[in-house]
Amino acid sequence: MSAPTEHVDSVRTYAIVWIVLLILTGVTTAVAYVDLGHFNVVAALSIAVGKMLLVALFFMHVRHSTQLTRLVVSGGLLWLAILITLTMADVVTRGWIGVPGR
Amino acid sequence: MITAAVEQRETYLNASYGLKSWLLTKDHKRIALLYLGTITLFFFIGGVFATLIRLELLTPRGNLVSSDTYNKLFTMHGVVMVFFFLIPSIPATLGNFFLPMMIGARDLAFPRINLLSWYLLVIGGLFAIFAMVAGGVDTGWTFYTPYSTSYSNTWVIATALGIFVAGFSSILTGLNFIVTVHRMRAPGLTWFRLPLFVWAHYATALIQVLGTPVLAVTLALVFCERVFHIGIFDPALGGDPVLFQHMFWFYSHPAVYIMILPAMGVMSELISTFSRKRIFGYGFVAFSSVAIAVLGFLVWGHHLFVAGQSLYAGMVFSFLSYFVAIPSAIKVFNWTATLYKGSISYDTPMLYAFGFIGLFTIGGLTGLFVACLGFDVHVTDTYFVVAHFHYIMVGGAIMAYLGGLHYWWPKMTGRMYPEGWAKLSALVIFLGFNLTFFPQFILGYLGMPRRYHVYPDEFQVLHVLSTAGASVLAVGYVMPIVYLAWSLRYGKLAGDNPWKATGLEWRTASPPPPHNFDVMPVVTHEAYDYSTTVGEAIEVG
Amino acid sequence: MASHAHAETLAVQEQFDTAAQQKDASGLGMWIFLITEIMFFGGLFLVYIVYRSKYPDVFGAASRSLNATIGAINTAVLLCSSFTMVLAVRAGQLGRRKAIIVFLILTLILGFVFLGVKAYEWNEKFQEHHIPGPSFLMEGVAEQGHAQLFFSLYFAMTGLHALHMVIGAGLLSVLLWQAWRGKFSAAYYTPIDMVGLYWHFVDIIWIYLFPLLYLIDRHGPKP
Repeated sequence: MSAPTEHVDSVRTYAIVWIVLLILTGVTTAVAYVDLGHFNVVAALSIAVGKMLLVALFFMHVRHSTQLTRLVVSGGLLWLAILITLTMADVVTRGWIGVPGR
Repeated sequence: MITAAVEQRETYLNASYGLKSWLLTKDHKRIALLYLGTITLFFFIGGVFATLIRLELLTPRGNLVSSDTYNKLFTMHGVVMVFFFLIPSIPATLGNFFLPMMIGARDLAFPRINLLSWYLLVIGGLFAIFAMVAGGVDTGWTFYTPYSTSYSNTWVIATALGIFVAGFSSILTGLNFIVTVHRMRAPGLTWFRLPLFVWAHYATALIQVLGTPVLAVTLALVFCERVFHIGIFDPALGGDPVLFQHMFWFYSHPAVYIMILPAMGVMSELISTFSRKRIFGYGFVAFSSVAIAVLGFLVWGHHLFVAGQSLYAGMVFSFLSYFVAIPSAIKVFNWTATLYKGSISYDTPMLYAFGFIGLFTIGGLTGLFVACLGFDVHVTDTYFVVAHFHYIMVGGAIMAYLGGLHYWWPKMTGRMYPEGWAKLSALVIFLGFNLTFFPQFILGYLGMPRRYHVYPDEFQVLHVLSTAGASVLAVGYVMPIVYLAWSLRYGKLAGDNPWKATGLEWRTASPPPPHNFDVMPVVTHEAYDYSTTVGEAIEVG
Repeated sequence: MASHAHAETLAVQEQFDTAAQQKDASGLGMWIFLITEIMFFGGLFLVYIVYRSKYPDVFGAASRSLNATIGAINTAVLLCSSFTMVLAVRAGQLGRRKAIIVFLILTLILGFVFLGVKAYEWNEKFQEHHIPGPSFLMEGVAEQGHAQLFFSLYFAMTGLHALHMVIGAGLLSVLLWQAWRGKFSAAYYTPIDMVGLYWHFVDIIWIYLFPLLYLIDRHGPKP
């Protein structure tokens, strides 16, 4: 399911992905020391997402996998997003309206 | 097909003997029976707590138990009934037994993980029983912080650990069901030929897998806060107790759909068999199962309306909560439409099904009441909410469970239960249930708070009615224990298909052989095929 | 193909009809397990997001007290272990027993290096009184409670991650033993594949933990 025997990736493919991952680690560390204001978080998370995709698609063979596998992975990530989004919807809006009568 | 042949035939019950053959079994049917024994035990433990609660509530003052003890009683009633009875009940017993058979498989995808699931429930249960025996826990089954993390002097850690372990039992069962339904269907069994029982359990499994881990990590944080003093929810450190509630209810709201979806799956089987008719709107019912599973994850904030959640979030959650009623209503309409021009028989399982339709509808409609933000501010934390969820979980889920148990009893045991006693106990349960819980709607609306054992005198009449109902209900629940046990030895031999139902599980012997089918079935017809020659053949044969 | 006929009967459990069905089911099962892990860790990520959004300055100060260089090196170690792990899976696909063993050993070693560095870091935190509890003290921060929240999260998240690494090390050891005994071939290497998925997942968790814990506000507060 995740690695059908037809698709044996080359060592070269894996090595390239590995080097890119190491480079991205260096980039994210270096960028953290530069003051980009709010963009720091965006940069850090974007790089993290990029690294996750590389590991998932290449090392975990998601790019060769069935539609069902991809649905499962997307579903998991979507559900985490639901948890975070709806909870933060409360946390962020808490101060917006005062207590009636005060 | 009777007596002599049955004695010599190999079934899953007589294929091997001895304790080890049961405790180390990989057979999903035996595991289902292990679960049946376990959850029945927990049901009666939870029932003991309920009895003590209702006895205490006979009088307006705290006569029988102290307030601290009362806190423990309702906590442990909730913990046992939710985590150790309702959540496992239908999936682990009827689901385990019949899901593989309904899809024509020899077993689940991962039989050893199935056995592990049972052991995890037992181990979790032992932790919970230890907590009860050692002095109890008094936080409410909801474990709200900071009381549970900083102030309670009771066995929070042991109970949390027990629920944590039992949670993994649920997760693994869900994982097993999903893989089984995807990968082990018989040739010709496409998704839209599956019995709706399978669809329901598939949707349930999705919830188990996506929601339970969040409960697990939340309880782990409570554990860490009590044991290692790392205060995540401690307001003194800037922690947010409402965050606990978000995390807790992210699981615990979908959990109620874990409890009701399998019951709805049973309902589809019962209604179709005892109307001898295909379920009206099969596709709608199938999709609504998945819709309930998905939408159920978007509404948890309706438990936090008065907790300190922002008003805007409250409005969003209230709005979303109305939507989740729609697929449930679709199912009720479709079952009702199935009855129309059906050939209805009033065997015990069908009586439970009728009970479900009425009581689930009341429970579900009152759910819409409490989904309304304004109304909920008035009735939250009162007996109105208590009545609402008992109508669904007891009037709905437990009725369906008993209906399913009776329906499939002949298949599991090879014996018929005594119909007269069964009908009587169904009636006793129905009457006892309504007498217990209907007064609670009124009590709640009038302002009786939940989790209180001291109340104003004017509420006593309603409480006495409720307790009277509870004693009737208790009798109703004990009766099946007696006559089902009796039937194991003295019940009429059932034959392969006593109800003349469609469905693969009825095409093999009662009790089934260890490997389920002597000849692996190939499916060529849709489910509930009562109107074609296949259905007619079953009618005659 | 002769090896296919062999594959049909190779370690197929009785509930399955074919080896392909069994492999498919195992893969789907492992992926579903991984999404339960996403939700499990996800709860902690939620807590992190909530408290970082509420107390950004204290979280920044607390993050700066961690050693980002060591964190980055440890991240690299784990990425290397993912590389060796996928090479072990590839060796399984090709049925190369010696290569499987070599790459599994390398992965294990790198995993232990990671855990060793983690232990060193935790000990540093202990020396600096940054362990949450009665003796917690973070210099230069007015809101000690908020700083404790950061470190509670730090230990909870890296602790849970480390626990998963330890379990992973155990799984790798079992695989190593099975590989040594010649259990795997090009027709049957599913366990290596499955443990590989688990190992990569644990790596992905760290890919997020590193920037979220070590790299908040590294450039320091504005003067």
